[in-house]
This record gives sequence, C-alpha cells and structure tokens, in this order.
Amino acid sequence: MLTPPREETAGVRAAPGRVRVPSRGRVVAARFFGTRQGRLGFGLLASMFLLAFAGPLLGRWSATELDFSAFMRPPSADHWFGTLQTGSDVFAVTLRGARRSLLVGLLVAVLSTGVAAVAGSFAGYYLGWTDRTLMWVADLLLVLPAFLILAIMSPLFTGGRWLLFVIMMALFLWMVTSKIVRGMTRAIKEREYVTAARFMGVPSSAIIFRHVIPNLASLLIVDATLNVSAAILTETSLSYFGFGIQPPDVSLGGLIADGARTALYAPWTFWFAAGALIVVILAVNLIGDSLRDAFDPGARRGP
Amino acid sequence: MAGFLLRRLVNYVVLIAVATSLAYMLAATALDPRSNYEGRNPRPPAAVVDARLSRLNLNDRTPLFERYLTWAGAAVRGDFGRTWNGDRVNDDLARRLGVTSRLILLGVVLGSVGGVLLGALAAVGQYGWFDRLSTVAAFVVLAIPTVVLANMLIIGAIWLNDRLGAQIFLVSGEVTPGLAGGAGAGLLDRAKHLALPTVSLALGQVAVYSRYQRNMMLDVLDADFIRTAMAKGLRRRTALVKHGLRTALIPAVTYFAFTFGSLLVGATITESVFGWHGMGEELVASIRTNDVNTVAAIACFAALAVLLASLASDLLHAVLDPRVRVG
Amino acid sequence: MSAPVLAVTGLEVRFGDVRVVRGVSYSVEAGEVLGVVGESGAGKSVTSLAVMGLLPRHARVAGSARLHGHELVGASDRELAAFRGKSISMVFQDPLSAMTPVYRVGDQIAEAVRVHQRVGRGRAAERAVELLDLVGIPHPRRRARAFPHEFSGGMRQRAMIAMAIANDPDVIICDEPTTALDVTIQAQVLEVLKKAQCETGAAIVLITHDLGVVAGFADRVLVMYAGLAVESGAVRDVFHRPRMPYTIGLLRSVPRVDTGKDVPLVPIEGGPPSPAALPPGCPFEPRCPVAIPECAAAEPALLPVAPGHHAACLRSREPGGPALAYDARESGGPALAYDAREPGGPALAYGGRETGGAVPASSPRPPRERRAVVLEVDDLVKHHPLTRGAVFRRRVGTVHAVDGIGFDIREGETLGLVGESGCGKTTALMEILELARPQRGRVAVFGRDTATLSPRERMAVRRDLQVVFQDPLASLDPRMTVHDIVAEPLTAHGGRDTGPRVRRLLGLVGLEESDAARHPRDFSGGQRQRVAIARALALEPRLLVLDEPVSALDTSVQAGVINLLEDLGRRLGLSYLFVAHDLAVVRHIADRVAVMYLGRIAEIGGTGLVYEAPAHPYTQALLSAVPIPDPGKERERRRILLEGDLPSPANPPSGCRFRTRCPKFRILADAARARCVQEEPEVRPLEGDHAVACHHAEEPGVV
Repeated sequence: MLTPPREETAGVRAAPGRVRVPSRGRVVAARFFGTRQGRLGFGLLASMFLLAFAGPLLGRWSATELDFSAFMRPPSADHWFGTLQTGSDVFAVTLRGARRSLLVGLLVAVLSTGVAAVAGSFAGYYLGWTDRTLMWVADLLLVLPAFLILAIMSPLFTGGRWLLFVIMMALFLWMVTSKIVRGMTRAIKEREYVTAARFMGVPSSAIIFRHVIPNLASLLIVDATLNVSAAILTETSLSYFGFGIQPPDVSLGGLIADGARTALYAPWTFWFAAGALIVVILAVNLIGDSLRDAFDPGARRGP
Repeated sequence: MAGFLLRRLVNYVVLIAVATSLAYMLAATALDPRSNYEGRNPRPPAAVVDARLSRLNLNDRTPLFERYLTWAGAAVRGDFGRTWNGDRVNDDLARRLGVTSRLILLGVVLGSVGGVLLGALAAVGQYGWFDRLSTVAAFVVLAIPTVVLANMLIIGAIWLNDRLGAQIFLVSGEVTPGLAGGAGAGLLDRAKHLALPTVSLALGQVAVYSRYQRNMMLDVLDADFIRTAMAKGLRRRTALVKHGLRTALIPAVTYFAFTFGSLLVGATITESVFGWHGMGEELVASIRTNDVNTVAAIACFAALAVLLASLASDLLHAVLDPRVRVG
Repeated sequence: MSAPVLAVTGLEVRFGDVRVVRGVSYSVEAGEVLGVVGESGAGKSVTSLAVMGLLPRHARVAGSARLHGHELVGASDRELAAFRGKSISMVFQDPLSAMTPVYRVGDQIAEAVRVHQRVGRGRAAERAVELLDLVGIPHPRRRARAFPHEFSGGMRQRAMIAMAIANDPDVIICDEPTTALDVTIQAQVLEVLKKAQCETGAAIVLITHDLGVVAGFADRVLVMYAGLAVESGAVRDVFHRPRMPYTIGLLRSVPRVDTGKDVPLVPIEGGPPSPAALPPGCPFEPRCPVAIPECAAAEPALLPVAPGHHAACLRSREPGGPALAYDARESGGPALAYDAREPGGPALAYGGRETGGAVPASSPRPPRERRAVVLEVDDLVKHHPLTRGAVFRRRVGTVHAVDGIGFDIREGETLGLVGESGCGKTTALMEILELARPQRGRVAVFGRDTATLSPRERMAVRRDLQVVFQDPLASLDPRMTVHDIVAEPLTAHGGRDTGPRVRRLLGLVGLEESDAARHPRDFSGGQRQRVAIARALALEPRLLVLDEPVSALDTSVQAGVINLLEDLGRRLGLSYLFVAHDLAVVRHIADRVAVMYLGRIAEIGGTGLVYEAPAHPYTQALLSAVPIPDPGKERERRRILLEGDLPSPANPPSGCRFRTRCPKFRILADAARARCVQEEPEVRPLEGDHAVACHHAEEPGVV
C-alpha cells in the first residue's frame, strides 16, 4: 500500500514498439552482481575453485610426494605453506583437501536439494498417503542422530568410496527443506494457476514439474547454496574424529583435525587449512544470502 | 484434545522405537566388540571372550536378530544393558547428561539472548553502522567451523595465560581434580573451566540468532500493526519494542527449545576439544570402543531429545501466539 | 465559514525519484466528511499517511499539512506522537493486519487511551469496554478479552474505529475502511462511522475507490489521478456535473445496481500511467477520449469551474464542459468500437476450426425452455471438516459449506451466483469443476452425470467447461510467457502447432500478437484478465465458469472486461456461470441470478424480477445495502440494516438459516415465527421462473 502497486502500472505500454523483456535469470543475475556482498562471495568462491583445481600446476610438490629433507618445516621458498610431520608439502595437501571438500559440498547440496524438492512437492501436492509416508520417513531421519549413523558407517567409506559418503550425507540433509517445500507446495496448490491447470486437464505430475517446482526455484537454489556450507561443515566435524572422508582421500576437515594437534608449535599445519575452509564457507554463505535478496527483492527494504 | 495428544505420543513412541532399532541393528552389524579383546596382551582365550561377550549380549556369533530381541526386551523396560567393560549404560549416560547440561545451558542462554538483542538492534537501524558491523561479524563467525573456533580459543587462551603468567582460562575438563580450598575456590575453578566452552558454543548461537532475529524483525518493521500503534500516539521506538519485538520474538523462542534439544547430543566437538565427559564425547568414544549398547542408548536418547524439543517448541509457540492456541 | 481543522497545501511525496503525490491540497472543517476517490496507485493512501507522518522513512515529504495551525510535515516523531491518536486518528483498510496479533483487543484500545490520558490501567480497560459498546459490539466486556483473530472482519473494523475515537479526535482519516467487508457489513460499519462522527464532532477524511460510498457519506469529494487532485467540489456538483473527463469516465464505467443492461458501461481505455514514467502533459491525456493536442503539452492546473467546484482540465470551461464532447463521441456505443476494431468479428477468429460453429450474433434466441441444459445442479452438498489450532490440529465440527443447492443453466445463458463471503458460492463452483461424484446430490454437465464419468469422458467434458478466476495475477503462472499460458490447455489436450491459434485468441480478447512473448507481470490487471479469458477460450468451451472475474480490477478497467465477456458470450453462444459478490456487476451481465445465504439458495430467478421485486428478506437487505453512485438517490434510499454477522456455517441456525438476522422475522407473529424456527424453507416457485426459499415471501415486508 505504501509504494505504488507496480503491477497496475507496469504494463502500460509507453510506445507502440515492442518492449524487450529481460529474462528472469538475467534480472536475478544483475541484482546479484549489483551488490558488493554478491560480488565478494562470487569472487572468493571462484578464486578458491581456481586455486584448488589450477593451483597444483603452480606448486612444485605433489600432494603424495614426501620431502625427506624437510619434516615440520615452517613456510619457505621451497615449501610455500611449510611441511607436515611426514614431509608432505602443506600447499599441495591443502589444495587437494580443498578440491575434495568443494566437490563433496557441491554434490551433497545438489543431491539433498533435489531429493527435498521431489519429496516435498509430491507430499504437498498429493497429500494423503503419499504425504504421510514421505513425511514419516523425513521425521524418522530427523530423529536419527545423523552424526552417529555416519560415524558408524565410516569404515564403509574407505578405499575411495567417498561417493557413498556423499550419498549418505545427502540422505541426512534433505528433510527440513522438504518440509518447507511441502508447505509451500500446499500453498501453491491453492494458487489459482494450479487450480486452473488442473481444471484444464493437465496431469498432476506435469503440474508438479511445470508449475510447482519452477516456482520454488528461488528457494531451492538458495537452499542448495546454503547446503554446500552445511555439508562441508558436517564433513569437517566428522573428519575431526576420523569419521569423514577416509584415506587415501583427504579433506580440509581431516587436515584441520591433524593440524589442531600441532597448531601450538607449528601453526602452519593448522592455519592454512582452517583459513581455506573459512574462506570457502564465507563465500558460499555470502552467495546464498545475496541470491536470496536477488530472488526476492521485497526482502530488501529501504533505499 | 486428549485424543490428539495421544495420537501424537503414539507416533513419537513409534518413531523412537524404529530409530533406536535401526541404530542398534546398524551398530551391531558394523561394530566389532570382539576386537577390543583381541588386541589385548596377553590375548584372552577365545572361550573366555565368547562367554563375556555373550553375558553382555555382544557376541557376534549369536544371530543378530536374537541379540536384538534380548536387547529390545530389556530396553522396553528401560534397561539399556551394559557397556563393553561391564558398567551399566543407564548410570553412565545419566552422569554424562548432567555434564552436558551444565556445559550447554549457559552457552545456549547467552547465545540466544545476545543474538536476539543484536539482531533486533541491527534491524531497527537497518543499513546503519551497527547493522553492517554485526552482519559482517555474523558471517565471519558462521564461516568458522566449531573445530577451528574451539582450537582458536585454546590457542588464544594459552597465549594469554602465558602473557599474564596466570591460569585465567582452563582449557581441559570440568573441574581441576583434587583441588584444595573451599566452595568459593571450587566455584571459581568451575567458572574458569566453563568460560571457553561457553564462548565457543555461544558465539555460533549469537551469529545464528542475530541473523534470524534481524530477518524476523525486518518483517514486522513494516507491518500494519506497527503503523497502527504509531497512529495511536506511541513513539516509534516504543511501538517497535512493545508491538514489534514481542511479535517477532515468537519464532526465536520456539527455535530455542529446538537448539537445546539437539545440543544435548550435538555438542560433540566442544566436549571433545575441551575434555568435558558429556554425551557428545561418549558418542564418539562408544563408536571407537565398539560399544554397541551405548551407541543404541545414545541413539534412543537423541531421538527422545529431538522429539521432546519439538514438542516443547510447539507448546511454547502455542503459549506465545494466541493465533495457534487451541481455541 | 469556520477555520478548517486540517489544511493540506501542496503536499508532495516521493519515493526515491518516483513522485507518487504531486502537490495535493485540501481542507476539512469540523463535522465535515471529505471523500477522496481514485484508483489504486492514485496516491490517496500515501497522501493521508504523509499527513499522519506514518510513511516509511525513505519517503520524502514536502508541502504543508496543518492541524489547527500546527505544521505536521517535517515535525519530529515526538511532536507527531502527541497529535497522533489524540487530535488526528486513523482507521486502516485491513483490520486484521492492522492489529497486533498477540495482544487482546481490549488491551489495544486501552493502550490508545493510556497514551494520551493519565488514567489507571483499570479505568482504561473500563473505557475500552465502553468504546466497544459504543461501536456496537455485543457483549463488550467479554469481547474485550478476545484476540484480533477471534473477531470477524466487521467486528475488527468496529474495534479499529473504537481505537480511533478513544481520545475524541478532531480529524479521523479512514483509509478504505470498508473495502475488505461485505456490503451488509459495510452498511453497518458506515453507520458506526456516522455515529462516531456524531459523538466526536470530528472531521472525516474518507479514502475509498467506491463511488457509491462517497455518494452516500461524503459532503465534499476530491478525485485523485496519478498523484494529482484532478477534481474537487461538493458531492452533488461532482457527481451530477463532473467537469474532468476522468471523473466522467469513472462515473460511466461503474456498474450500478439500480440500472440493468439497458445502460451500457463505458470503459476507460488503457490503464493509469506509472508514476515513474509520467507523460509530460495531462496524466489522463493518453486515455482521454476528448483530448485535444494542447493537453499533451502541459499539466493543467486545478482551477475553479463553478463556486466551490474545481477541475484540472483544459476543456472544463468550455460551454457544456467535456461531458458534451464525451456524449458526442459515443453515439455508436461501445459495440460499434468493437466491431470496427476487428473486421470479421471475433466469431470468425474463434470458429477457425469449425466454420459456422458459433451462433450468429443477430439471430434471436429461442425461449429458455427450448434451449438445451448445459449445467444442472441438484441438491448439491459439500461439507468439510472444521479444524482448530495450527499446532494442535484437530477436528471440532463440520462446515456445511454447501447444503443442498440446485439450479440449471441453459445454452447461451448467464447465471449469476451471488452472496456474501462464506455463503458457499465458491465452494459450489469448485465442486462443479471437480467433475467428481458429489457428497450428495447430482451435477450434470451437458447432460452427463459427473458421478459416472470415466477419466476419458471427464477429460472430454473439460474441453467444454473452462474457468476464469478472480485474481489474474494469481491464476497465471508468473514464470510462463503468455503464449505458453494460453497454449497450455491446447497441449494438455494433445494440440500441436499452437502459435497461430494463440495469436487468434489474443486478438479475440483485444490483445496484440506481440504480447505472446511477454510475461504476466508486464501487463496491467485488466490485460492479465484478458489473457486468462483467452486461455479459457482456447479449447472452444461451451460453458465458462467465472469466479469473481472482475472484482480484483479497478473500476475503470472492470467495465472493459465486463463488456468483453458480454460480447464474447453473445457472439460465441457461450453459457456463463458467473460467481460474484458485487450485485451491480451481476445485474449487468446475468440473465438469471441465484442468491446464496449460508450454503443454501435464498432466491433465484430472472435478473429483472429479482432486482426489481426481490421476494426474500435477505435479497431485499442485500440490494438495499449496495451503495449507488448517485448522491440524490443514495441519500433518499431506505436501508435495511442487518444485525450482527453471518452465523458460522459449522453451526447454522435451525429452520430458516436467515431468521437470526431477518428483519421480517422480527415483525412476525409468534405462530408464524415458530414455522421459521422449526421448518427449513424449500425453494418454491412464485411466478415464472422466480423462486424463493421463504415461508412468508408473499406477506408485506419492511420496505
């Protein structure tokens, strides 16, 4: 009421010529990159990706190489981030951990948000038994202590089976989002464009994928972004106790856990990995927050 | 009403039973208590190990289902069996629950109250210096994993203690064993132990709550009822506190119950880093020592805690918000 | 002439670079009612909020607003707080969101008392109860302890008024106080406002888009358009001798409950300009039918045209004024304009597949009995469980939303289903559209019973039965283009190569072909509703169900959509089930009308009969409550005020459902009353196809 209702006036055609309407994606991107926060987050994350995947080309040591002439050495020209007890190069090892952590975070987020979208929208649209079953499963998974289950299963993730770990982690991350999706689906189902489609004879599954999920896209994208950081943080906690990504793979969490023991007298073993992790999480959170604002400008009040 | 509560309770009991059973099955399959004995020197005879495992209902040569039935029969009566070295799981967990409660209570209260205040202040002065500062601070804190934060606190505390040449902060355990002195000294000792873990818990909570409360507050800032309150003649500040904060507080309070419940088992890292022998630490220890019965009991307790927390947050919601109260 | 209580001069409001209010002046004296009318976005609410100092902080306000000579614009929060609620108070549009949900109503009123008066808590609570009693809330002592959500809409608005008069103010600003309410409740609330004015002697600024309300309630009126005051004067002058083409257009586009189809509605073309992109000249020039080239050059000033009557139009001083030019232009009527625009007419575009499938517009319709029945509803029942509590959900009863209704629609006919909110009209419509077996009774579409339809048959029936909803923004998926939206029913029914067909459909509803690539948000409300109509017509249906199709639209746009629907119905031989709460709109479009009350049909019959000679006391009260935008007529009418609120559909009264509020029931003898209490009246025929559900319809009533 306070600002002039845009929808009433937006459509007035000032000129007879055809107005090119920018696509929604373009508008969101423009809003996203229009904020300092969005640019900062994107820049940080992009450079972390670049460093993690292109960095090894710069370093002169590989992550598996051991320098038997340098154990527990502080940063130097030879070893930029110093070395570990074993003689590993901290720079190389950190990048390797970052690669794994980023990958785990992304995969878990995409998987869990996907499951949440499908489970939530089907439960919210069909209601009845579909709803009761899906939401009971969600409740069960919410009630099960995820940390405990993942920790018990950790021996299964050895020998490079980290993808299984990703799946298990995604399994414990979708429930809350799916409940939100369910609630919003119920609201969207009452929306007249869904009712209209139903009365036109459009089948239910087509309505879900054509009308419901696309209209939740903003929520889902933001949720997926925030799930990236949630997944990385959970993995870090698990790794701290040795329950996370298992050798021979290395994640930032594992490095931090090892580094924490020597942090007092060999700070480089701890701070580089911890710093990389903090930057990644910070970047992802900034992106998620800016995306939310970009999708929903109403949430950004004021000038 | 009674029928409704009963249905809900039955659903809770079923959820707990299924969750605990699943956890038991998983633990009994994946964990190997026998290995605890095999590593010993001298290695005990197989028959002795078998007998002991059987007595504890941990013998992997007994079929899984049989072990489950034995365990479940006792668990239904509230007895979660014995740990792998023969203690009663119930006593063990009761002691640890006390430790955890003492650890998290202050942290959670400080964190939520502080966070709500910060968030409300930030929202009222949106885009002011305080809002910007608290936003940046919240983002940084949220980006620091508990592991890193806890270790940073320890490093900082040790540095400070060295600088001042005094033990201001104690970084391990709940009390100093064998401490002499009266009640006052004992209390001070406890406070010194509690300070760092409380900060490590509270910081994260403050960050979460301040962001959350800021958004809630922003939602009501433009609400029509604030306008009405001002139209009555209330000053903006009064209207915001009396009408805005009261309404925007409801979600935070209900969220509080939920955090508390999940932290009863979830403070694993803080407990481990600071050497508090609480629930979370036991969770890790029990897996490491292949202690199937304890794992199952913790799973049961965690499920119970989550459900009670959600019930409590629903009840609080109903108490605070007349719109959802039972009519 | 006494000094004005509130004098606003040259008030301007801008949000960033957008000038929303551009120099508005008015003044009100004690005891006077000033009506401020205009469409949404005209800046009427912003103007009053600026006076109160209640705009968001990023709004920039300039100009002057003096209350008893004290300047309000630019005053500090502390100074304003001393005035607000004491000498100037406000009643807001939506009383649910305007009250703090977590405090009791009585406490919120008591707070208003305590802010300005040094009284104790107990005394303030007493005063709150007195005020609730004054505004006509039954059992005020008990009701003061209720929360806002436990009140009905009308009661909430009464409580808001109680809050506004708590400190005996000198000015009460009412911002659309009755827009969210049903007509019978609106009549009650306006009555309370009158009473409140008598008690306080305050000046009232009444902001509304409803010309009828202004005609009946205001002394003077200010018409706003695009942030400007474009006409002002005494109500009779402005309504009977309007001098600004916008006012003229507005008055001619409003459907009136006292005139039928014989007086055609004249829509105003286009929509209001965006405040961010105003034309250089008169803001109304792009839409003005009598504009001359000079109009586009500069904004006309608000100048006196007669004593006490001002208008902002270059042609307002011409002899006869713009109205004469208006009349001259219209000699062919709107139908002519439609024909002229589309050679071949819409029928051609529509019947692209089956030539001659459409009924020629000129051929006379056979009598009703000889036409085929397209929809037959008999004893339809829909009950649903009533649940309480959001956290602890449980069933506490059964809502008798639709409780045995019956009607039929013949080919080419429009049935209007009217009633206030909660009467079950939308539920009935949804039940019909489901095409499933009803809980009780029978629904037959095109002669086929919905209870026995196979999925394939149901799909076939859906082709012929389409729907248009109330809010076009909500009924169009915001992420799809107009082409995809209009093509959706075609593809759902296996259509391919939808492009040409969509283009034809858009032309049919008066949109451009190029609009197909745009999104719903790029259109104005009226255009969006045209898109929704195009979609409904895509499958060439025979029956169209319309759920409040124009109630979300501004008055000037409403008329265009009503005319389009009428035109399409006639040309394409469509039948309509037209559900609405606005009796004036229904009178304009419907051939027959059914009035619903609490899940039952109270009266049904030909539109002329029902409107001219209503037989049911509820219909009589309903019709008398609809304001007419004509100050002369409106002030002479006798209004039947209904008492109280609609009873809960979960617990309808025994016997006749209307008896608890029935004005006739109150004057009946005891024996006659007993029948109303014990026996539920069936719908029984009177004469012709006029039927009524009242035991005492033939006896003389109160009007």
